[in-house]
Amino acid sequence: MTATELTTPQSTEPVKTRRERPRVMGAGKQLHAGPLTYVVLSLFALLSLAPLVWTAIAASRSNQRLAETPPPLWFGGNLFKNMERAWEEGGLGTAMFNTIFVAGMITISTVLFSTLAGFAFAKLRFKFSGVLLLLTIGTMMIPPQLAVVPLYLWMADLGWSNQLQTVILPTLCTAFGTFFMRQYLVQALPTELIEAARVDGASSLRVVWHVVFPAARPAMAVLGLLTFVFAWNDFLWPIIALNQENPTVQVALNSLGTGYVPDQAVIMAGALLGTLPLLIAFLLFGKQIVGGIMQGAVKG
Amino acid sequence: MSSSKQALAHPASSADAAPGDKPGAAGRANGRGTPPPGSSSWRSRLYRWDMKASPYAFISPFFIVFGAFSLIPLLYTAWYSLHNVQLANLDGQTWAGLDNYENLLSSDFFWNALWNTFTIGVISTVPQLLMAIGLAHLLNYKLRGSTVWRVVMLTPYATSVAAATLVFVLLYSWDGGMINWLLDFVGIDPVNWRESDWGSQFAVSSIVIWRWTGYNALIYLAAMQAIPVDLYESAAIDGANRWQQFIHVTIPQLRPTILFTVVVSTIGATQLFGEPLLFGGVSGSKGGSEHQYQTLGLYMYDQGWIIGNLGKASAIAWSMFLILLIVAVIQLLISRRLRKSQ
Repeated sequence: MTATELTTPQSTEPVKTRRERPRVMGAGKQLHAGPLTYVVLSLFALLSLAPLVWTAIAASRSNQRLAETPPPLWFGGNLFKNMERAWEEGGLGTAMFNTIFVAGMITISTVLFSTLAGFAFAKLRFKFSGVLLLLTIGTMMIPPQLAVVPLYLWMADLGWSNQLQTVILPTLCTAFGTFFMRQYLVQALPTELIEAARVDGASSLRVVWHVVFPAARPAMAVLGLLTFVFAWNDFLWPIIALNQENPTVQVALNSLGTGYVPDQAVIMAGALLGTLPLLIAFLLFGKQIVGGIMQGAVKG
Repeated sequence: MSSSKQALAHPASSADAAPGDKPGAAGRANGRGTPPPGSSSWRSRLYRWDMKASPYAFISPFFIVFGAFSLIPLLYTAWYSLHNVQLANLDGQTWAGLDNYENLLSSDFFWNALWNTFTIGVISTVPQLLMAIGLAHLLNYKLRGSTVWRVVMLTPYATSVAAATLVFVLLYSWDGGMINWLLDFVGIDPVNWRESDWGSQFAVSSIVIWRWTGYNALIYLAAMQAIPVDLYESAAIDGANRWQQFIHVTIPQLRPTILFTVVVSTIGATQLFGEPLLFGGVSGSKGGSEHQYQTLGLYMYDQGWIIGNLGKASAIAWSMFLILLIVAVIQLLISRRLRKSQ
């Protein structure tokens, strides 16, 4: 995505002359939704939520009841029993702790490094800054599959197989995060503020600490949430790098799902447990996450 | 949103300027390089050094991580793809030349995986983006509780591949599955979603569609909100109804965003891995009993970590990269053609 493609289209002359004519009713204004809109949206909302609600229903039933037709449509009484079994048999306790640790470390370092790099790209002049920024964006094109074989071999060499740092290290910093912070800081951080600090003789680190971090705080929060969701759900590298003894939630869910004698109700309880922390975060910060995607993705 | 668009104009201009800059000119040009008056020469030298070095220090973590965990591995993957590397005997690598690639090109499973990646990619990306545009159009109306709608549409995005797929496996199960039960309700014969060719591919695609439609809708919504109101006004004066306005104003204005989502979705589809792996359960890495939904990502995992031939897995990874590059060039050509025709 080159920058020029996304520049705002300018209204041309004919539009201006037309504007002097009397306004047409309804034209241009943001219109209120009609009943049909609400019906269609409700249908989409239902489709979005139904699989999640049904996970909870299935998790609260017994394995036999799930195999019957019609499938259960309302909650049963086994939810906590199934969750307990998933927690113990699926090793979800360790998995949950591991995932929180991994996702937490990745989030902290990504937000910190992205803010620093984003600030440099947004407000500092240095040689090759434009080329380096394009390079940063370009790296998003490289599929993770291209790195996994050597990474696996190196981690084995280091004796780090099945250890959490194998999962954390490659994601300490992301191109998306850097670009996201750059786009935010270009407009949110007044250049005069930096100049004023400079005139006072502030070093770069002081500027970062006293000017950049306070200005970047809202975007840092959003990037943190997006990174956490991403890290929690990451699958390809963890499943290669970690085994069942020391899994993340996704790896544990995979081994729960591929068990030879699967108890579906327990699997559903595990799936619910593995998603619950994110769903709670979503309930609390949904608005910010939505705003972050709308702000960051268009520019991505 | 308009301010964000302004921001986008920046990287191109600075990219153009950078190569022409004379050494040392960058620091002086913006007037920020001058030290505060009256400071000692040691301090001013330190200050100037700080000014010059700190931008590089700030961007270096990304480039170190990228270099160590993406760029160098990428080259090593090419190196390993020319070797015989077995998971069971990691130290016994031998030179294999192009054997791994020849092996791939003559393997039916490789072509099968390539074809599956393409078909699943198409049936997951096309409906997903079409629905996302429609959904964004609806969300762009003045709505009661607009934030709630957006959050609800995005909940599948917060659900992990693993959790989502495990649920869909149950929903699609042959007997007692919710979907066959519903089909039976409207008088359609049950479909064997796990064994049949197109049925299983559709099932895998539906998981992708479910997780990403809301996400793409939000991207389109953001772009729609940046379309100048004037354009709709003049279209309305010219007598365009709502549908015509959507076709002749909204869609052309969204063109760059549509291109962006197509590129991102294509990249995602090329790498499809988690959904088919978990959908297959025990035979996951094979992509079903008949390899009917084995994608390139799965094929690589299967060859590398189930069968244990890491050299071949590296060759598959590089094939994926080459295919992505070809797709990128095609998309570039199409977008250029489209821009010329406008």
